[in-house]
Amino acid sequence: MTPEAAFAAVLVALLVAAILARPILRGGEVDVREDEELASLETAKESKYREIRDAELDHRIGKLTEEDWRRTDRELRAQAVEILERMDKLGGDRAAEGR
Amino acid sequence: MPGIGSALLVVAFGAAIYCAIASVYGARTNRRQWVVSGRRAIYCVAGLVVASMVLLEIAYLRSDFQFALVAQNSSTDTPTFYKLTAVWSSQAGSLLLWVTLLALFSSAVLFATRHRHREIAPYAAAVLGGVAAFFLFLMLFYASPFDALSPVPVEGNGLNPLLRHPAMMIHPPMLYSGYVGFSIPFAFAIGALITRRTDASWIRSTRRFALIAWTFLGVGVLLGALWSYSELGWGGYWAWDAVENAALLPWLTGTAFIHSIQIQEKRGMLKVWNVSLIVATFLLALLGTFLVRSGILDSIHAFGASTLGKPFLAFIAIAAVGSIGLVVARLPYLRSDARLDSFLSREAFFLANNLVLVGLAFVVFWGTFFPLISEAVTGREQSVGPPWFDRYTVPLALVLVLLTGIGPALTWRRSSPSSLKRTFAIPLAAVVLGALVLIAFTPAEDSVLSLVMFVLAVFTLTVAGQELWRGAGARRVTSDDGFVLSFVNVVRRNRRRYGGYLVHVGIAILFVGVAASSAFVSKTDARLSPGQSTEVGGYKVTYERATAAVGDDASGTGAPIALGAVLNVERGGKEFTVRPQRNYFPSQDVAQDGAIGRFFEGEATSEVDVRWGPIRDFWLAVQPDIRALDKPIAEANRRFTDSSGDIQALVIAAIADVYRREAPPATFRTLVSPLVIWIWLGGGISVLGALLALWPGAGTSRARSIAAARVGRELSRA
Repeated sequence: MTPEAAFAAVLVALLVAAILARPILRGGEVDVREDEELASLETAKESKYREIRDAELDHRIGKLTEEDWRRTDRELRAQAVEILERMDKLGGDRAAEGR
Repeated sequence: MPGIGSALLVVAFGAAIYCAIASVYGARTNRRQWVVSGRRAIYCVAGLVVASMVLLEIAYLRSDFQFALVAQNSSTDTPTFYKLTAVWSSQAGSLLLWVTLLALFSSAVLFATRHRHREIAPYAAAVLGGVAAFFLFLMLFYASPFDALSPVPVEGNGLNPLLRHPAMMIHPPMLYSGYVGFSIPFAFAIGALITRRTDASWIRSTRRFALIAWTFLGVGVLLGALWSYSELGWGGYWAWDAVENAALLPWLTGTAFIHSIQIQEKRGMLKVWNVSLIVATFLLALLGTFLVRSGILDSIHAFGASTLGKPFLAFIAIAAVGSIGLVVARLPYLRSDARLDSFLSREAFFLANNLVLVGLAFVVFWGTFFPLISEAVTGREQSVGPPWFDRYTVPLALVLVLLTGIGPALTWRRSSPSSLKRTFAIPLAAVVLGALVLIAFTPAEDSVLSLVMFVLAVFTLTVAGQELWRGAGARRVTSDDGFVLSFVNVVRRNRRRYGGYLVHVGIAILFVGVAASSAFVSKTDARLSPGQSTEVGGYKVTYERATAAVGDDASGTGAPIALGAVLNVERGGKEFTVRPQRNYFPSQDVAQDGAIGRFFEGEATSEVDVRWGPIRDFWLAVQPDIRALDKPIAEANRRFTDSSGDIQALVIAAIADVYRREAPPATFRTLVSPLVIWIWLGGGISVLGALLALWPGAGTSRARSIAAARVGRELSRA
């Protein structure tokens, strides 16, 4: 490696070090576990909504009979309600912790 | 300048290692600032390797031969188009491409998830940083793209002639994007396992990356097949070559993964299967890269042989043992949330489709690595050829196309007998009608397996068409949309669903192309003199005259000499002219081949003349017999070795003109392949389907809010 290249390497390394050190020197928040749980429930909720929509489309195009669709739709909505309740509970717990 | 490139890689290597350490430290100690710093390290790696790549590209464009890589793989007379692509024709350059793509993909996913997955993302970042560090390590200690030459040569070796094809410009980046793209869901799966967050949230965040990777890899495989068909001069597009198979393997398991994650998203099932599939896909992607670069298996891709074997194998072994150990350790967290309700459900058929895909992958894996297996067991290397692969893959492919048709027609959870009757009545009628038409009007019955494939494709296409028709019909009932608008809107509002159907349509069409072109191809090899004719597949082919071009290669490959032929082709009263040629690239061995002879004795590539058509292709390659030139070449070597370049160029032109005037007999390979173009058109349709499924839906939020409102109403009643 030439002296010029070595100097360039040192300059680039210093620049990178500065970029990496900045968040550490600034300090930061601490992770909270509930964020992840809420995110998981949010994912489950969106998947459930998608399932409800899919089942409805399947019913409308004749792939699900009226009886099957009503039963499936009921099950899916009950599961969605359960997810929403869990999200509410988690949100309430977090609010209480915040107080 | 090479020193600056090396310096950038050294700093990138340090940043990649830092990313892994800081991310894990931040995650384990709950110090968010370290996680942020680790994430920034990946951005830095991306910036540094992109800068390295730009530096190398500039060196190629400037023909800067102080870069050893440029001298080895380019030359001043290499066309600019191919100078740009020459970077990834070499081992070191392709490693740089790999890590560049990895860093860009990693940066994209870590940026997109910077406010989500606070537990999983740091571990995913660590995995991605670790993989990047490994590839940077290889470049720093085994195959540097920035080795310098001193003294600097005045001319380079030029790009491998076989790689001078437009498909080859895009093929490696596509393949590598596919390989690299699967690193993203793999990294998040590892993060999910480490943090025990094994629900579907990691899938939801990386699903798009998996689909993008699948698309890139598929395009890469198809471009490789196109290159084989139009450049290698043997007339085929797939030879079950080790390197071809290496790209197909992760595509097969990746296809299985894309299907089975839907089951986890919807039903919370197959968690072990999904993490196992993505681990397998990532390992196969590494193996694919390794196979191209190691040269451990015989392949037409001989340009890839190298000495990276040991570190690569060690890395694959560490990744395999670590991943599998983690999956086993987390088995208690990977239990399914639900059970299979019915075998007549979409998830059951997706599972069957998964088993077929994994079965296909196993067959391809076993056949590809059988030479190594047999050598390890018996001490004698044995290989298996296309007939062995066909024996197992053809039946599995038939089942796959059948499942491709059935699966989407079923509903999740269970399908009732009455709805099955309604769903499959028309497709089954189409199958019967299709079979009768094919038997009555085509020679399809001559190949039973092909006939079955055509009929299954009819089934799959009818199912997809029916789904779309009924979806549009349902839309019309509930809206004021006209037919076309209802058609567009139902697709627009259900992009994942109809994108998937379009992918299936493309795959079915692709398989029709494969079946037809394999079973009904007409082929002949004929040695003809000018004026003589041969017949193939109803075409009469007459060799009219020889051609010779020096410094005027019409195909743009930069070949100094092109010897070819003009042939008249006639079928059913219609005539056209084809002009295949063979390009000759100079060898570097002046001592053995002579100063003039080296221009005729180096590598040669076929420039096939293909007339694409929706019904059939006419494909013709020429193999000139240049033994007739031996005498004038020997004479020229003797007399003009010390002459100036201009004089040598005149002599070479004169010798080439001898070939044109005397036109010795040449060997012509002629193929008439039915429906072969549909392989690539089907692939293109699949890509469109994937893009449709990937496209962010403006209607999603509205649809979501509708669903939310419904659930909200339910809540208020409860």
